[in-house]
Formats: sequence, C-alpha cells, structure tokens
Amino acid sequence: MSARLEQAVHALKEQIDAPVASFLSSCVHCGMCADACLFYTETGDPKYTPIVKVEPLRRVWEQEFTFMGQLKKKLGLAKPITDEFLAEWESKVYDSCTMCGRCSMVCPVGNDITYMIRKTREGMAVSGHVPEGLVGATTRAVTIGSPMGVKFPALQAQIKHVEKDYGFKVPVDVEGAEYLCMLSSMEIMNFPEYIGAIAKIFDHAGVSWTLSSKAFEATNSGIQIGVSDIASELVQRIVSEAERLKVKAVISPECGHAYTAIRWEGPNLVGKKFGFKVRHILEVLDELRKEGRLVTEGMEEGRLTYHDPCQIGRRGGVLEQPRNLINMLVSDYVEMPDGGKMNWCCGAGGGVSTIESADEVRLKVFQRKKDQMEAVDAEGLISACSNCRIHIEDGLEEYHMDIPVLSLTETLAEHLVDKE
Amino acid sequence: MTEIEFLSWVRGPGFQIASVIFVFGVIVRLFEILMLGRKANLAEANGSEMSGGVRTIFSRMAPESDTFKRSRFTIVVGYIFHIGLFIVIFLFAPHILLITEVTGVGWSALPTPIVDMAAVITMIALAAVLLHRVKDPVMQYLARMEDYLVWLVTFLPMVTGYLAFHRMGLPAPSLLALHILSIELLMVLFPFTKLMHAFTFILSRWYNGAIAGYKGVRS
Repeated sequence: MSARLEQAVHALKEQIDAPVASFLSSCVHCGMCADACLFYTETGDPKYTPIVKVEPLRRVWEQEFTFMGQLKKKLGLAKPITDEFLAEWESKVYDSCTMCGRCSMVCPVGNDITYMIRKTREGMAVSGHVPEGLVGATTRAVTIGSPMGVKFPALQAQIKHVEKDYGFKVPVDVEGAEYLCMLSSMEIMNFPEYIGAIAKIFDHAGVSWTLSSKAFEATNSGIQIGVSDIASELVQRIVSEAERLKVKAVISPECGHAYTAIRWEGPNLVGKKFGFKVRHILEVLDELRKEGRLVTEGMEEGRLTYHDPCQIGRRGGVLEQPRNLINMLVSDYVEMPDGGKMNWCCGAGGGVSTIESADEVRLKVFQRKKDQMEAVDAEGLISACSNCRIHIEDGLEEYHMDIPVLSLTETLAEHLVDKE
Repeated sequence: MTEIEFLSWVRGPGFQIASVIFVFGVIVRLFEILMLGRKANLAEANGSEMSGGVRTIFSRMAPESDTFKRSRFTIVVGYIFHIGLFIVIFLFAPHILLITEVTGVGWSALPTPIVDMAAVITMIALAAVLLHRVKDPVMQYLARMEDYLVWLVTFLPMVTGYLAFHRMGLPAPSLLALHILSIELLMVLFPFTKLMHAFTFILSRWYNGAIAGYKGVRS
C-alpha cells in the first residue's frame, strides 16, 4: 500500500464516529435511497444508489471496527481498499452526488447517508482521487480568495457600478456595523444585482451593514472537496474579519453550501463557538418583515414557484422564511410537488457545477426539476442560491423552456416602496 | 445421537450457547458503536437534538408520499414480513410459554389459526423479498453474500416452525429439534450481521433526527 493510500485509509478511519457506525450497522440494502436520488431516478442506473457512494468509508469501518470484518481481513476474504477502487469511486462520490440530503430523509433505518458522503470525501481528497475542476476551485479559493479567482478590485469595480445604478452606498470595512455581508463569486461576477438589492433593502429598513475587503467570499470549496483543513482556513478568514469589524452577525448570501459551511460546519471546523451570529440573508429579511421594516408595493405577475436550495432548506432549516417573504410579493404562488424539505436538488450542488466530467449527467438529471415545474405549470421560478440559479438557467435552456429564474432577495428589493 | 438426544441438546446446551452469543454479541456491538462517540456541536442550535431524534425514531415508520410511490413494493412487503415475524415470534402461545420460562414475563397469545395464517403470509412475503433481490437492478447491484445469508437464516425458522407445527415430513421431535436449531443459527449470526439493524435502527434514526433537529429540520 502506497503512503498516500495509507493516509487516505487513516483519514477515513478518523471520520468514523458513533453515527457512522450505527448507520453502517443498520443498512439492510433495501435500495430505497436510490428512489430518493435524482441521479438514479433520472438515469435508472443502479451505480448511482446513494449508499453505494460511501463504500470506501464502509470498507474501512468494516475492516477496522467490526469483529467479522477483522476476521475476514485475517482470512484474506475482505475486499481491499486499493487505488483502483478509489479511482473507480471518484465519480460516484463527486460527480453524481450533490450532498442534497434527500436520501437521508428517506432511509427507513434512518441512515444520514449524506453525512457519510461528506466524510467519505475527506478520505477521497487525501487519496488524490478528486475531480480536476474541484481541485482548481479549491486551489483558487486558498491562494486567490475565491473559487472563481475573483479578487477585491473586481468586487470594487462591481460596487462602483452598483452604487451608480442603484444610487445607494455600499459600505466596505465599516467597523461596528451590525451585519457583515458575505457574497459568492458567482454573485459578484454574474449577479451583481444582488449587491444592489441588499444595499436598497438595508437602506430602506435602516440596517447598518458592511462588506469586507479582506473576506467577501462566503463559498467554501474545502467542504465540497472534503478537506477540513482548507475548509477551516476559509472559515477562519470570515471569523477574523467579523471579529475585527466587531459585527453582531455575519450574513450568508444566496448560496446553499456557503450557509452550511459557515453556519453549521464553521464553528466545528475552527474548533470554537463564534462570538457573533450567522444568519442566512432570507432569515434576516424575514426578521425585518416581522418587525414591519419592509414596506412593499405591487405583486409579481404570473404563476410562480419556489425552489428550495438543499443546503438552505433541508440541510439548513430555512424553509418557512422564503415562503413568508414570497407571500408579500407573489399573488399566484404555487408549491411544486415535494416542495419544502423534500424538494429535489437542481443537480449541481456540492461541487458538481465545478466538475466538467459531470456536465452531461447534471443536465440529464435536471429532468427532475423540469418535471416538478411542469407539474404545476410554473411561469417563473424564485430561488435563493446563485449556484442553483445558474444551473437551472442552464437546464431550462437545454430543455428549451422559457421560464425566468428570479432571486428572492432581488425580487423583494424591486417591490420596496421608495423612501420619502 | 438419537432423535431425543438431539432434541435435548438443542433445547439445553445448544440453546444456552446461542443465547449467550446472542445477548453478549448484541451488547458488545452496541457498546462498540456508542463508545465511538461523536464530537460536540459548536454551532449555535436552531432546535433540539433530543426531540428531533425521538421524533425521527417514530416518524420514519410513515414514509413521505413521494417515497411511498417510488418504493411501494419495498415498503409494503417490508411491512408485511416485519409484522408477520413479530406475530409469529411474540404472539404464538408456545413461544410465549418459552419466554415466560426464561424471563418470567408473559402476555396473552393470538389464536393459533391467526398465527398460522401470519406464518404463511410472512413466508410468501420473504419469498417475494428474495425474488425482488434477484430481479431488481438496484437490489442486485447492492447484493452481497451476507444479504442472502441473513435471508436464509430468517426464512429457515419460519419453514421449520411451520413444518413442526403441522407435523409434516419428519417425526415430531426431529422437526422441533430442527426448528430450534435454525433459531439458534439465527441467534448466533445475529450480532455479526446486518440483522443487528433490529436494534441499531433506533440509534440511526435518533442520530439522523438529532442532526436535523439541531438545525431545526424535522427529518
């Protein structure tokens, strides 16, 4: 066994805890997780069965933590963990899993399969069997500060445009602001309207906020590739800035995994409780709504639906807030079948959108979203994740569907009453 | 060894050995799992782990409607054979007598013809499960030797019990001895195979519900 492979096995061993051991002891191979996964339902290929994806972790658990596994290993009956095996598993663990967590909601014995896939990636990353695109994104995140290679001057340029277009100041590095707003590179490069929208909303509601010139990137390739050390470093950049600027809370942008990264994994990655709160932008907006600080006028036209980004809804707990906000903005709202915590993934989360070899399959499995939208004759779709948004736009184009995809924050900003 | 000697061995030393392996094996396995522990969660909670965990232990019994549509066969047949096994194991008069003899605890039995019918339905359901395992592409992809082994050691006590009750094929003492032996085989393999799910599903559902509950999601 090569040194690297040995380290990978060790990394997998480190990931095994009581939940993993109980999950793996409980699996009866019933196959129901396949029916919950869009990669299986849309392709019919059994290799996409979610529990299969954690096989590297399972082998290590069986061989290191169970009596039968150790016996089998001694007798030479155990299936070995080899480089060929891990290479074969790379596409299963990365290309065809968005860590959307739907399988974890369905497993009859209660296995949180997604929890195990996240852990399996820690071992895969050490072994080196990782898609190139994800390695590139992670490298750029560490060295440049953004997975898309966006540096502060690029943000500064966008801020200038936004200030001119919207007429609101975008504060940067303001000490003592209530909120530190984080962004995703995708928003900076593709949807700068989001920056304009929050500037408008916070001006309207009288909220003090700031961006940081040192830490503006909320996304975290470290958790997608499965390298906790990198994930922790990326989170620490935000923590340091939040502490330097003495903000009360950090706002995660319209991005799914960024929320998981800083809200749920963040404190565990850096190994300490945060001295500030972390909130998703939708949570903040819904709070403002409750306090009566958002005055809107007019409603969106047409039959609109909402796509729950997996990491914000099912894996994040932000399910009611978007619906409360939509209530203020949309008169003809329609819930897609399985909408809410059982919503289907767009097909490009968890790093999949950065993986070139996954392009074909992610567009194929978009069929699920298409069917969901067609079931309710949606004329427009609102969401709150720029990664979902880009991919859904991609998918709609692929399937020749002419349906606009809106950001909830931006839609809200458009309906705010102008201050006198 | 005569027929009667065989029967007394399986009822005596055989049963004791199997019971010890079963009870200690299960305890050791559960201990092994729980000893691994897990790291304290440092993120600010948005809900309760305990109530989320307890909730999911029960809520997973009722699948979501889309899940039911997509996995109908597995759910229906799975329910049938699990309920059937429960009736046959715990509500058959002779079994309750044995349990009372060993533990001192007893309860009332279902009428024998009902248990007999449950046994037939359970065997049919188990046969359907096996067929599904062989025919369905996902089930086939997942299948390992162990899946067939645990199926066999679950099915054997059903068949031998049915034959023993109806006194078919062999003299009664031999049939009863084979029935008991097949159960001992099940008990011995139990702690070392996925049969453990009968206990660990409670842990798994709890952890699943707790992880989600902490974030304010009902899983």
